[in-house]
Amino acid sequence: MSAWLNSPWLTAWIIPGAYFLAALVLILGLRAMSSPVSARKGIVLAGLAMGLAVLVTFVHPRVGGNYLLMIIAILSSGILAWVSAKRVPMTDMPQMIALYNGMGGGSAAAIAAVELLRAGHGHEVGLLTNSIAGMGALIGTIAFSGSLIAFAKLQGWMRKVWRFPGQQYLNLLLFVLTVISGVLVVIGYQHDLLSLNMLLLAFFVLALIVGFAMTVPIGGADMPVVISLYNALTGLAVGFEGYVLNIPAMMIAGVVVGAAGTLLTQLMAKAMNRPLSNVLFSGFGTGDDGGPADEGGGSMQAIEAVDGAILMAYAENVIIVPGYGMAVAQAQHRIWELTQVLQKRGVRVRFAIHPVAGRMPGHMNVLLAEAGVPYDLIEDLEDINNQFSQTDVALVIGANDVVNPAARDDRSSPIFGMPILNVDHAKNVIIIKRGRGTGFAGIENRLFVGDNSRMLFGDAQKMAHELIAGVKTL
Amino acid sequence: MEIVLALYILMLAAVAGYEVIAKVPAVLHTPLMSGSNFIHGIVLVGAMVALGEASGPLEQTIGFIAVFLGAGNVIGGYVVTERMLQMFKRSDQPKPANTETGAGV
Repeated sequence: MSAWLNSPWLTAWIIPGAYFLAALVLILGLRAMSSPVSARKGIVLAGLAMGLAVLVTFVHPRVGGNYLLMIIAILSSGILAWVSAKRVPMTDMPQMIALYNGMGGGSAAAIAAVELLRAGHGHEVGLLTNSIAGMGALIGTIAFSGSLIAFAKLQGWMRKVWRFPGQQYLNLLLFVLTVISGVLVVIGYQHDLLSLNMLLLAFFVLALIVGFAMTVPIGGADMPVVISLYNALTGLAVGFEGYVLNIPAMMIAGVVVGAAGTLLTQLMAKAMNRPLSNVLFSGFGTGDDGGPADEGGGSMQAIEAVDGAILMAYAENVIIVPGYGMAVAQAQHRIWELTQVLQKRGVRVRFAIHPVAGRMPGHMNVLLAEAGVPYDLIEDLEDINNQFSQTDVALVIGANDVVNPAARDDRSSPIFGMPILNVDHAKNVIIIKRGRGTGFAGIENRLFVGDNSRMLFGDAQKMAHELIAGVKTL
Repeated sequence: MEIVLALYILMLAAVAGYEVIAKVPAVLHTPLMSGSNFIHGIVLVGAMVALGEASGPLEQTIGFIAVFLGAGNVIGGYVVTERMLQMFKRSDQPKPANTETGAGV
């Protein structure tokens, strides 16, 4: 065994060859995931490639020990992650992605910490390598703490949004301090009062605070963009540490994700018609900008489920607009059942999905797919938006900001300019909503007080159930 | 590694990542974000090397954390993505049933 492990063939060809193959298959897997037909094959391929890369690493010549620690770490974390990922309901997927992404960023940062420590204690690596390790540490740590905040916010553990005057200057100051401490670590600054270990600790603590401070003021409505951004950042950090460790496969996979994630982030920001800088620094989605105060013009009109059922059952055209409320209530199966009941009566039912409905782009599509809604009933914003005026009933389920007419015409609104679904153009609008409060963005919604709007207050699942029962009795 | 070589790798990988995502339907945005989240789980490989090279309790502890976090990224990322994409596979099946009700209209 050990003779085989020491064979020059293993080090020269087999290990690099396995990494090469893994990098190639990871990219091909990601490519396959970008089409619905081959998507499942893509993740399985990528999984095999990852397994190969991890297995080969056990016999990597640079791995000189600590096998027991390694196996304990992989098994304990792996089992926890496996169980949590298997158990989590589909609706909570976005925060799980945030969590696992944060772990990746933290891992990259921890690698950097080990490398910087070794460099500081006699293992000469050169300033360039050390700088890249430091950058990876900074980016990875920010992605780590930022993702954990995003997780906490989506999980509902952190409802509060902290904002105070001058916050951005404080954040900038924190960032500058972090960079200074990072530079001192990278150049290996030594002083009697301030050892390298202390400096390194200060650097990481500051970077953690920066990620925390950056994410806390961002409201839940913007979380999809933020998670995507941190995903890209983690990729970049992994790529940097790949250079430091001299593992090209890690560089390639990391940078591929960095680039893909950046593009994905831009696509999302574009779907909200706001530049990324706006998402990060404007405080939209927090509610503290307030809605227009002159909202007193109308009041919400409630409707009972029975009457809503009558409206829908005798309609020709119905468009269903799902939002995060549907996800929270796990109402997608009921909604599909309602759709089928209506279809039996000859009602044409379609689904309109806003690009940023829910907590992630495509979040609603995933949930509807889970319930079994076929693709051809689901329409994107551009395709369906001019058809609301010929629609008898628009049923809004727990969506708020993506149907707020203020985005179209109220210049003072923080979401002004964001493309919205023109639900208010429909002849009747039924809005299923848990309570009278504002949406995640905390902005008043004029749609709810419109003459053609009726509010159906209650849990989305329960209300859908009552609507189904109502339609069936007719 | 030579920095010029590294820059070439950086450039080519960035172009590849960009091209892979460029024409993706909105339906797949979430699974794809999840999938790319899994792909950067390759950080586990680096974490194993870092722990394997580590000496002394401090380095070992940090290396252990690196491997722990990296393994969570890999396993969690894989399971979540796989579960999501599994649903996409199933959603093909109700289609014929739907054309039936459509014909009844």
